[in-house]
Amino acid sequence: MNAPFTRSRRQFLQHSALAFGGLVIALVVPDARRFAIAQGAPSPAKLPPPNAFLRISTDDQVTVLISHAEMGQGIWTTLPMLIAEELDADWSKMTVAHAPVAPVYAHTVFGMQMTGGSSSTWSEFDRYRQAGALARTLLVQAASKRLGVRASRLRTENGVVIAGDQRLRYGELAEEAARLPTPRKVVLKDPKSWKIIGQPTRRLDTPEKITGRAQFGMDVHFDGLLTAVVARSPVFGGSVKSFDAAQAQQVPGVRAVVQVPSGVAVLADHYWAAKLGRDALKVEWDTGPNAALDTEVLRNKFRSLASTTGTPVIREGDASAKLATAAKVLEAEYAVPYLAHAPMEPLNCAVRLSPDKCEIWTGTQFQGLDQQVAAKIAGLKPEQVEIHTQFLGGGFGRRATPTSDFISEAVHVARASGKPVKVVWTREDDVRGGYYRPLVLHAMRVGVDAQGMPVAWKHSVVGQSILAGTPFEPMMVKNGVDATSVEGASDSPYLARIADRFLELHSPDTGIPVLWWRSVGHTHTAFAMESFVDELAHAAGKDPVEYRRAALGDHARHVGVLNLAAEKAGWGTPLPKGRARGVAVHESFGSFVAQVAEVSVDNGVIRTHRVVCAIDCGIAVNPETIRAQMESGIAFGLGAALHSKLTFKDGRVQESNFHDYRVLRMNEMPQVEVHIMPSKEKAGGVGEPGVPPIAPAVANALFALTGTRLRELPLQLPA
Amino acid sequence: MKLHVNGKQYEITAPADMPLLWALRDLVGLTGTKFGCGIAQCGACTVHVDGLPRRSCVTPVGAVEGRPITTIEGLSPDGTHPVQQAWTELDVVQCGYCQSGQIMSAVALLAEKPEPTDADIDAAMSGNICRCGTYQRIRSAIHRAAELAKETK
Repeated sequence: MNAPFTRSRRQFLQHSALAFGGLVIALVVPDARRFAIAQGAPSPAKLPPPNAFLRISTDDQVTVLISHAEMGQGIWTTLPMLIAEELDADWSKMTVAHAPVAPVYAHTVFGMQMTGGSSSTWSEFDRYRQAGALARTLLVQAASKRLGVRASRLRTENGVVIAGDQRLRYGELAEEAARLPTPRKVVLKDPKSWKIIGQPTRRLDTPEKITGRAQFGMDVHFDGLLTAVVARSPVFGGSVKSFDAAQAQQVPGVRAVVQVPSGVAVLADHYWAAKLGRDALKVEWDTGPNAALDTEVLRNKFRSLASTTGTPVIREGDASAKLATAAKVLEAEYAVPYLAHAPMEPLNCAVRLSPDKCEIWTGTQFQGLDQQVAAKIAGLKPEQVEIHTQFLGGGFGRRATPTSDFISEAVHVARASGKPVKVVWTREDDVRGGYYRPLVLHAMRVGVDAQGMPVAWKHSVVGQSILAGTPFEPMMVKNGVDATSVEGASDSPYLARIADRFLELHSPDTGIPVLWWRSVGHTHTAFAMESFVDELAHAAGKDPVEYRRAALGDHARHVGVLNLAAEKAGWGTPLPKGRARGVAVHESFGSFVAQVAEVSVDNGVIRTHRVVCAIDCGIAVNPETIRAQMESGIAFGLGAALHSKLTFKDGRVQESNFHDYRVLRMNEMPQVEVHIMPSKEKAGGVGEPGVPPIAPAVANALFALTGTRLRELPLQLPA
Repeated sequence: MKLHVNGKQYEITAPADMPLLWALRDLVGLTGTKFGCGIAQCGACTVHVDGLPRRSCVTPVGAVEGRPITTIEGLSPDGTHPVQQAWTELDVVQCGYCQSGQIMSAVALLAEKPEPTDADIDAAMSGNICRCGTYQRIRSAIHRAAELAKETK
């Protein structure tokens, strides 16, 4: 952990003086290991000048540029903590800004500048600490020179270098530090001496977010910027046949109406005029091949597919033969619907084009790809595209589209109109705009032995591939299997312990754009696996926690969180009449989470009173963020478990806004208690892992309460 | 048309049926009030008119001409309103987009009920959606703000 790092590594640190005085620490990626996307990668020779990760100015301010987008997950605080730890910074002097888009800010593992996969903390754990350590080393050397005291006799604390009773502020050393040669070696702290990592730390973005000052993409404004609202095909894959803009043009404030590949855009002085203009637009659509889409029909098609042969994911032993000789066979079908992410901030993107530059202001999780897509449309080189990342009013995966849909559309509108423009989606546009968590069906047959333990597992997953046809396909679709369709089942600890197991996948293309939705494949695999294991436990006449312990065997981290959650929830202790508990445990994104939900049913309405959550995410960098993300994941997953569902009829999404696409509200929020397992393991993710266990935990509690097994989301009790 | 926002007068040109939300955001230039749904389903656009909470996305600007309007920007000069203090203490925000509306609804609740029960909070706050699920911290922060307001009296 405290091994020195050297400049000869794949990526190394550089430092230089700030133009206005001070020290800047930058990371350089000499071999620019790029994510292989179609447009190719900028060559290292064309790298932009070093970009700062960290600046220390002469007035002691420490500015951290974060390469990841802040969308609520708290990375605006966690990454600065890593720097502050190694820098021994004064936490009250930390300020944060989103980095521009540039190769140096590429994800250290995925190779493209992006935020997703609950990966920001673990993937930056070394790089941000190294930046902090390098700055500290230089500041100490500068102090050593100035005071004539050996560096080893100096110590640092709270933004100052201390030599006996002499104290030098970092700000007063910054310029001298910038002129020193970069040291060949910098040593990271021993974790035992961490003072910031591991401490519950309040968010750095609160002041602007409680005063209305925080700027989201929606809030971007500059002189001459018009607002556009776009009419898009009511059916996915449809196109404009013809349109009549006469009435739209009459709306006061409307400035232009232009056709773009996704539809017809109405540009106006402000949103309201653009919205009225779009309402007045008459568009005739060629609805294309998907005009008959119907979720009921799809569901039946998926069910038929499940009984045919799919693409094998796991084939060990002979599941069919073992099923034939098992003491008992259980069979079940689980299903989840299409879901919109519905972040609170509807999608939007502002673009200003000039002959040699394309400037973009938006909240995005995918700067690296967006830059390439925008460059192509604008006829520019990627480095001529500047992205000003704004705060994201929620992402949940929707702002990470492999097609850069809402960004490319805005560039098209700017190009077609010749105007700087901010495209704003209405809530209805957002709910009906696609990129959904796909409809997925699980058909499972499991054979158990005389003790009720599983000995044969046969499992068919039917769900559209998220990655097919995207730049990620070559990397993440192997042998016809989209890893995100089966994650959480393919790596299930239960399956690993069964000799005869078979998991197959069907990936029908429906014509509906699908996407990762907070915790991706785990949104449905955890529901299917953890509900079905619960069925097995009840069939065996065993306690669901005990049964899981036995079935998990030596998967210690699963068992660890299971035990912790059960203990803290008072598993097995009496509850008031009319209440019951359910449990689920699931690993995702490198973290292990168990949840115990306590439910009741009140006049047919499901109430979740309390959720006890235990997480093992390895090193807990900011326990406050971890707690907040567990609360958040539980609320997000519970809304989907109880309410959210999109349906198609005649190719059209039936739901449109929060009245019929329901999400969790205040009166439905359970009391959530989070317990963090102490650990020295590598840090795992926390943004998504809170989501998967909640639906099965609630469904399992409902079974315990009512004896009815609900195998479909959203959970609906029989009338 | 004259708008009276956060103690200042603004002269704007707007059709009377334009929602107050867009007049505030696009004409006055106060973007702290947020657009979330446009049909009074999510509460992100909550402001106070005559001291009472209103969903500005469905309030015609013509209906509030000359009446005192308070937005998140006008709650306190420096973010130290007891509700804002409690929000800071409890580390409530995540993405932050809904929080202007949450805070304005909470302030209105506390004005009406200085010591709200959990049931009061459910009744007053269930119209404000938070997709990050900060509800539990909002609840705690409202109770905390009630204490802070009492202490400062």
